[in-house]
Amino acid sequence: MSEKIEVPELGAVGLARYLWRQITSMRTALILLMMMGIAAIPGSLIPQRITNAIAVRDLYDSNPNLARWYDRFYLFDVYGSPWFSAIYILLFISLIGCVLPRTLEHYKAMKAQPPATPRNLSRLEHHQEFKVDDAALERAASWFAKNRFRIKRVEDSISAEKGYLRETGNLLFHLSLILILVGVSFGALFGMRGEAIINVGERFINVATTYDTLSFGKLTSEKSLQPFEVKLDRFNATYNPATNAPIDYKAWVTVTENGISRKQILKVNQPLTFGNTRVYLQANGYSPVVTVRDSRGNVALQGPVPFLPQDANLRSIGAIKVPDADPPVGFVANFVPTNQRTSGQGAISVFPELLDPKLLFSVWQGDLGLNSGVPQSVYRLDTDKLRKIGLGSVKPGETFTYPEGSITLETVVPWVNLQVVRDPGKTYALWGGIVAVLGLLSSLYGRRRRIWIRKVGDSVEVAGLAKNEAPGLQAEIQAFVAAVKGDK
Amino acid sequence: MQTTWAYISNYFIYSAMAVFAISFVAHAFETAFAVRAPEKADVTQGNLLVKTLDYQRTEKAARIATAMMILGFILLLGGVIARGLSNKHVPWGNMYEFSITGALAFTGAYLAALRKYDLRWLGLFISLAVLLTLGTAITLLYRDSAPLVPALKSTWLVIHVVAAIISGGVFLLANVVSGAYLYLDYKESRGGRPAWLTRVPTLEVLDQLSYRLVAFVFPLWTFAVIAGAIWAESAWGRYWGWDPKETWAFITWVAYAAYLHARVTIGWRGRRAAWLCILAGSTFLFNYVYVNVWGTGKHTYSGL
Repeated sequence: MSEKIEVPELGAVGLARYLWRQITSMRTALILLMMMGIAAIPGSLIPQRITNAIAVRDLYDSNPNLARWYDRFYLFDVYGSPWFSAIYILLFISLIGCVLPRTLEHYKAMKAQPPATPRNLSRLEHHQEFKVDDAALERAASWFAKNRFRIKRVEDSISAEKGYLRETGNLLFHLSLILILVGVSFGALFGMRGEAIINVGERFINVATTYDTLSFGKLTSEKSLQPFEVKLDRFNATYNPATNAPIDYKAWVTVTENGISRKQILKVNQPLTFGNTRVYLQANGYSPVVTVRDSRGNVALQGPVPFLPQDANLRSIGAIKVPDADPPVGFVANFVPTNQRTSGQGAISVFPELLDPKLLFSVWQGDLGLNSGVPQSVYRLDTDKLRKIGLGSVKPGETFTYPEGSITLETVVPWVNLQVVRDPGKTYALWGGIVAVLGLLSSLYGRRRRIWIRKVGDSVEVAGLAKNEAPGLQAEIQAFVAAVKGDK
Repeated sequence: MQTTWAYISNYFIYSAMAVFAISFVAHAFETAFAVRAPEKADVTQGNLLVKTLDYQRTEKAARIATAMMILGFILLLGGVIARGLSNKHVPWGNMYEFSITGALAFTGAYLAALRKYDLRWLGLFISLAVLLTLGTAITLLYRDSAPLVPALKSTWLVIHVVAAIISGGVFLLANVVSGAYLYLDYKESRGGRPAWLTRVPTLEVLDQLSYRLVAFVFPLWTFAVIAGAIWAESAWGRYWGWDPKETWAFITWVAYAAYLHARVTIGWRGRRAAWLCILAGSTFLFNYVYVNVWGTGKHTYSGL
């Protein structure tokens, strides 16, 4: 809004003052606000690491050049990028620079009395003049008091003002945005999140080694994990027979905290709460329970192996790695909960429940490379250095035998993916949100207005002024006039 | 039982569409035939072509149009309720249901406002918009009635979505008003309004109206976003995750915040303000269409 750009004086103080004035100007704030909106757009069009890491990897595979350029400009991490941060940090500096002086000013204005009645009321809006008796001013004062106007009475006139809540709400709204930002940063610095796959019958213990993935905020560590245990007793998923869409996921768990155990239900919109930490039911799938025997007939592996769902009907892929067998073997496998009988080959599931489960696999022999130090996906088997020795499929209770051993599908159990999140900042953000809405309501619906009355002889003059062109003053003044006249 | 109610709902929706079509024709008739060419050319004024509007002549058509609008609303209400009964949840579990409920809210808002103001000039656009919405819904978006997916089973479905539907409806209305402003502004700068638009209020009124609508509903939109965040916290384990829908809700919020600041603090009026208002409203529409139909992320419930 600066009409002419001032030429800054040389020197640090002058320059700083100049920059401060520029950054806290409304025009700058508006430009920054629009920039933030525009800057948020690419993150919704280009896959982001925080929401869709797989799509980012796919892009690297299909178009590595473009992906590298994207990465150079932080386009896979827009919301944590330096340029996005720069915009919102500048915006908040501008906001603080704008709001703090106004808060002080508003505080002073609230403590001060309303300004004195102007000398010439007839020039103002809603002016009227009428005859009254002597008690008119008293009636006016009591009407103002009843309607909670702040008044200043000087001799024969009253100046009344109402609607400070408008500016209060406006300032509270802007201050609440700072509170939300504090909450978000607090959560990022002191929070944690992790995920763990738990088979039915297994126990989740909240220590770092239980997690499949785990990350901490910059100012916290493994030591901060709260001690608790969650045992998954039973899990049930129901699906719509017509559309195959999920209807309900429900997990029965036994929770142990401070040595006390209790039974609880865990559902999608119903997480478990341990102070600031919450445990969510995030995904589910199947773990075939297999027994693998080696060439000497020894049991080399027995237990559930989690498989990774690939589609809505829970066709899942997985790898069964048996390094302890003699010779070591591995299985590249597909699991289907409801096998499609009509197709001759390939694994297709036609329903996500266990109606006709089947495990289809190829058997590979050789060094599985588990001790090589190179991290491997538990769902995939690197078959480059392996030799294929068999191809088969089993249903529960069946055994497939190959020259170097056998595999038995004992049964199938569901697994659930537990997401554990600790966000100590969310309460602040929530309060920020609540205050923001309340502040907005009073700032956008509030009306600041003044009403004056002056007694001249045996008649009075009345006038009013509404800020921000707020409607409704006319009706209010009519009510006021009626009260002053004493017609109730 | 479930399918019976779904069939009943569909009959209601089709009937409502037929009735809205009649209403549209009646509105169009009213607007077209109210225009009266001058009977005697007033040569002394040097103006032969000034047409006037005479709504007396088309009062009957106007009454039919409004009556059909009310009947359409009732049929649509029946359709929405039957849809809700068919699957025993609030009728906005997918994009089809969201669209018919949105059309119902839009018609309801118009009829409610009509009791107080003479807004019949808007009826032509309202009936057309509702007809297009229902048509798109039943041909492109229709999905069989089905139970909710687990993530949607929450009280917040009612709170968050109702707030979003109302905000969206009012934002779009503000867009229509701003669009009308820009069109009339253009027409007036080149001679004057076409006769059939003389009933539309003055530019100043339209300018104020679009601002009032936005200022009125901005707190509700803020609430819708926050309610969504609270729900996301309990369903997905984080209150904000820059999911595409969340990102665009944020962009819409920022755009309207910019609009309000530009108007209140800097004093934008008229053309510039109208463009900014339309820009902000487009971000909302983009969010609705793009994220539901082509988008990825956690908010894709359209079933498309």
